Amino acid sequence: MAGVAVSTTINGDSVEYLCQPDETLLDVLRDRLGLTGAKEGCGTGDCGACSVIVDDRLVCSCLMLGAEAEGRRIETVEGMAHGDTLHPLQQKFLEHAALQCGICTPGFLIAAKDLLAKNPDPTEEEIRFGLAGNLCRCTGYDKIVRAVQDAAIVMKQA
Amino acid sequence: MRYIRPLSIEDAVGQLAGSAGPAAILAGGSDLLVRMKGGFVEPELIIDIKSIAGLRDIRETADGFSIGAAVPCAVLGENAALKKAWPGVVEAAKLIGSKQVQGRCTIVGNLCNASPAADSVPALVAAGARAVVVGPSGKRTIAVETVPTAPGRTSLAKGEIIEAILLDKRAPRSADAYLRFIPRTEMDIAVVSAGVNLTVDAAGIVTAARVAIGAAAPTVLLVEEGAQALIGRKLDEAALERLAKVCAGACRPIDDKRGTIEFRRKVAGVLARRAAQTAYARAGGK
Repeated sequence: MAGVAVSTTINGDSVEYLCQPDETLLDVLRDRLGLTGAKEGCGTGDCGACSVIVDDRLVCSCLMLGAEAEGRRIETVEGMAHGDTLHPLQQKFLEHAALQCGICTPGFLIAAKDLLAKNPDPTEEEIRFGLAGNLCRCTGYDKIVRAVQDAAIVMKQA
Repeated sequence: MRYIRPLSIEDAVGQLAGSAGPAAILAGGSDLLVRMKGGFVEPELIIDIKSIAGLRDIRETADGFSIGAAVPCAVLGENAALKKAWPGVVEAAKLIGSKQVQGRCTIVGNLCNASPAADSVPALVAAGARAVVVGPSGKRTIAVETVPTAPGRTSLAKGEIIEAILLDKRAPRSADAYLRFIPRTEMDIAVVSAGVNLTVDAAGIVTAARVAIGAAAPTVLLVEEGAQALIGRKLDEAALERLAKVCAGACRPIDDKRGTIEFRRKVAGVLARRAAQTAYARAGGK
C-alpha cells in the first residue's frame, strides 16, 4: 500500500506525516506521533476514549482515517494544559477524583471541553446527555459530572 | 488499498465506476470504518467525497432544501430554517449515535447503509424526500424509499453515488415527527420506530399525510393505509386507533434480542399514534 502524505495542525502546531490509507487518526496520533492521550477503548465509536476535536467538532479518532486530517485543525488532550498549568477541567477532575483507572479520562476531558465551548453554562442533564458518548466503567459518572459543573463555574469567572 | 479525495462528483463517479475491486464511498465513516475494522468489508479503493464542492452544504432553494451527501447530522441540527420546516427529519437525524458520531455521520450514509433500523430513514420516507443519484449515465432523482432493498443492500448501480437529499418546500400548516423505542434513554438502535408527516387545513382537517415505520421489516415501510387513516379528518380518537391498527398490521418484524414480533407490532402502532399527535400539534392542528 502506498503511503498518504498528510499536512495538518495538531494543538496549534503544523504537523506532517505519512500514513497508510486504512490507518485511523487514532493510530496515527498514538503510533506515529507519540500522542498517546487518546485511548483505544472499543475501536468502533462506542466508548469515546479516543475523542478529539476536529475543526471544532468532537469526533472519535478511531472512526476517522489519518488521511482525512489533511488541512484540518485537530485538538487532543495533550493541548489542554499550558505548561505546568492544568486546564480548569483537568484541575477539577483531580479535585473531584473524577477518575479511577484513567483510560476514559482524556476522552471525557476533550468531550467536556467541546461541551463547555458550545454551552458554557450547562445543566446537569445537558452535561449527562453531552457526555453520553463517553463510557466510564469505574466512577459511575457522578464525580465526572460534578467536576464538569465546577469547571464551568471557574471558566465563566476567568 | 488506495485513498482518494476527488474534487468533483464526475471524478468520484468515474473512479467508482472504473474500480476493478471493491470500492467504498467515505463521508462520515461511522459505518464504513466499523465494518472495515470488523473485516466485513475490505475496499481496495476509498473515495472520500468531502472535498467535492457543495456536498457539505445545506441549500435552501425555491423548491425546498437540498442537503449535501457529506453534511454531518450535527449540522442539520444547527440549521434553524431546516429545523423549522422539517423538525421530524432533524430530530431523527439527531438520534443517530453520540455527539462524537453526530459530528461525522450523514443521512445519506444512514440511507445507504440500508439498516431497517436506521433512524433518519423513516423520517425521510415520511417526508417524501428524494435522493439525487449521480452515475456514469447521468443524474436521476428517486424516492428515498426505493434506495434500500434489503438489509445492507441498495438499488444503486455500480458507479452511482447519492449526491444530495431533497426535501420539498413546505405547504402552510405542515409538520413532521419521528419517534423510536429503545430500552435506554439514548445511544441505542431502534427496536421499532415511526415517522409521520402531515398537512392540516385551517379547520384542523388532515389534507395530506405520509406514515413510515422502521425496524419492523427488511426495509423501512411506507404505510399507505396509515396515511389514509388520517386524511380527510381531524386527528380524533377513531383516526388514531385506525392508524395504530394499520401500522401494527403492516409490520413484518422479526424476533431478536431487542424485541419480539408481538412487541414490535404493538409499539409500532403506539409510536405512529404519538408521532402523528406531535406532527399535528406542530402543524397547528387543534
